Amino acid sequence: MTTTEELTLHTEPFVLNFGPVHPSTHGVFRMRCTLDGEVVLDIEPVFGYLHRGVEKLAEERTYTGFIPLTDRLDYISPMSNNLGYCLAVEKLAGIKVPERAEYIRVIMAELQRLANHCIAVGSMLNDAGAYYTPFMYAFREREKIIDLFDMVSGQRLTYNYMRIGGVSQDIPAEFLPALKKIISRLKKWVEEYEVLLKQNEILLARAKGVGILAKEIAVNCGISGPVARASGVKRDVRKDDPYSIYDRFQFDIPTGEAGDCYDRYRVRIEEMRQSLRILEQAVPQIPGGAVKADVPHLIRPPAGDAYAHIESPKGELGYYLVSDNSIAPYRCHVRPTSLINLTALREMVKGWKVADLILIFGSIDITMGEVDR
Amino acid sequence: MTASLAAREIAAALNAKFPGAAEEVGANGALVKNESLFAVMEYLKTGEGLKFDYFNYVTAVDYYSYFEMVYQLTSLESNRSVMIKARCYDRENPTLPSVTALWQGADFQEREIFDLFGIKFEGHPNLKRIFLWDGFPGHPLRKDFNG
Repeated sequence: MTTTEELTLHTEPFVLNFGPVHPSTHGVFRMRCTLDGEVVLDIEPVFGYLHRGVEKLAEERTYTGFIPLTDRLDYISPMSNNLGYCLAVEKLAGIKVPERAEYIRVIMAELQRLANHCIAVGSMLNDAGAYYTPFMYAFREREKIIDLFDMVSGQRLTYNYMRIGGVSQDIPAEFLPALKKIISRLKKWVEEYEVLLKQNEILLARAKGVGILAKEIAVNCGISGPVARASGVKRDVRKDDPYSIYDRFQFDIPTGEAGDCYDRYRVRIEEMRQSLRILEQAVPQIPGGAVKADVPHLIRPPAGDAYAHIESPKGELGYYLVSDNSIAPYRCHVRPTSLINLTALREMVKGWKVADLILIFGSIDITMGEVDR
Repeated sequence: MTASLAAREIAAALNAKFPGAAEEVGANGALVKNESLFAVMEYLKTGEGLKFDYFNYVTAVDYYSYFEMVYQLTSLESNRSVMIKARCYDRENPTLPSVTALWQGADFQEREIFDLFGIKFEGHPNLKRIFLWDGFPGHPLRKDFNG
């Protein structure tokens, strides 16, 4: 005999595989989503599709020989990765960087933040469904910054520009005039972008109140960068633990309150303004002189360990190095901002729909090269 | 500027609470005994005047005769940081307590150490390989790994 209950239609959660090859996963990220209809019940992130064993490769290279590999970690912002690694080796070996090189490094790092946020903001809006219009606006500006990097390093993606003790070569004569032009261009562009999007009804509807990350969870999960600041964690390594010459510049740390996707978007836009402020201060101050300290070709830091961290566009990027006084690092660990920022993704997406899941994931801004290493 | 606590300072603060649990190592690290590691970490997170609420990173180093764990913690309130180390002498079956219950940020990082070094973390809610596939032979970041 069949009971009434058996005859009634019932629903049950099902598992949907999302990625690794999917346009909105920003690389090769994979999630196993448990869905109830369109509502996300749970997700399980699956990593490893881009694991190249970079930390092991470091053990077989000289200290300088590892710099090109740092480009390939977070390939959206290679300059920042170069900088973080060079700072760690300099800390370990006690190398002092010439003044001019410090300024060049800061200029490159801030330009990189602008270029990274162009992609972060553009692709987040892409994920929100504003297909490719805001993305191309941002990409157009990023191209101008890439032209500058091309000018100093001859590369458009993996720059390999910084060296232990400075940078590989001085900036050419046409660099500073071009930089000034781009600063004023970007200042106008940020305002234009703001007019188009700040009060855009569709963006507000899609992003406001979506994917809230509470401050306590952000701290507990070790979240850093714009994602943490959008949740109200006022922490920026440039201010809290100044490296290079960041203590000489005036800039603010923008924070959000709600910790939703909209705040993460707003914090990034505001950070672009602050980066432009730093650039404007750095350009007139840049001194002459050498761009690289007098360091031996093969560096042998004294035995010991050191951890140096920077505020990369995505958050706290650190390198932990152990030296045994040979020409290669005994151990090189990268503190992967992108991987650690994904820790809270599960909490952030629970209860939201699949379309929101894509937006929330996009608002974190990760690079798989750094997640998997 | 984030102030790194000196080794002597950390070791003294920890030994006052857990006698004999910590010793100085290097300029600003404290080596903690495995059996008191979890209690020490809990004290560092919640203890009066400590409040190291931000978990920077954890990693491991293979020194052939032992594995060394490196934990870096920061207090957002007082802007101080501390480096805690622990050692594992058993190569066949290295085991340490997991700190995931204290800082969720340790979750993926402990899985990574389990994957690449083969160190097991007791109390980790989901300890399985993170980058390599199940059945991968060996642990690549060990110094004696032959790929």
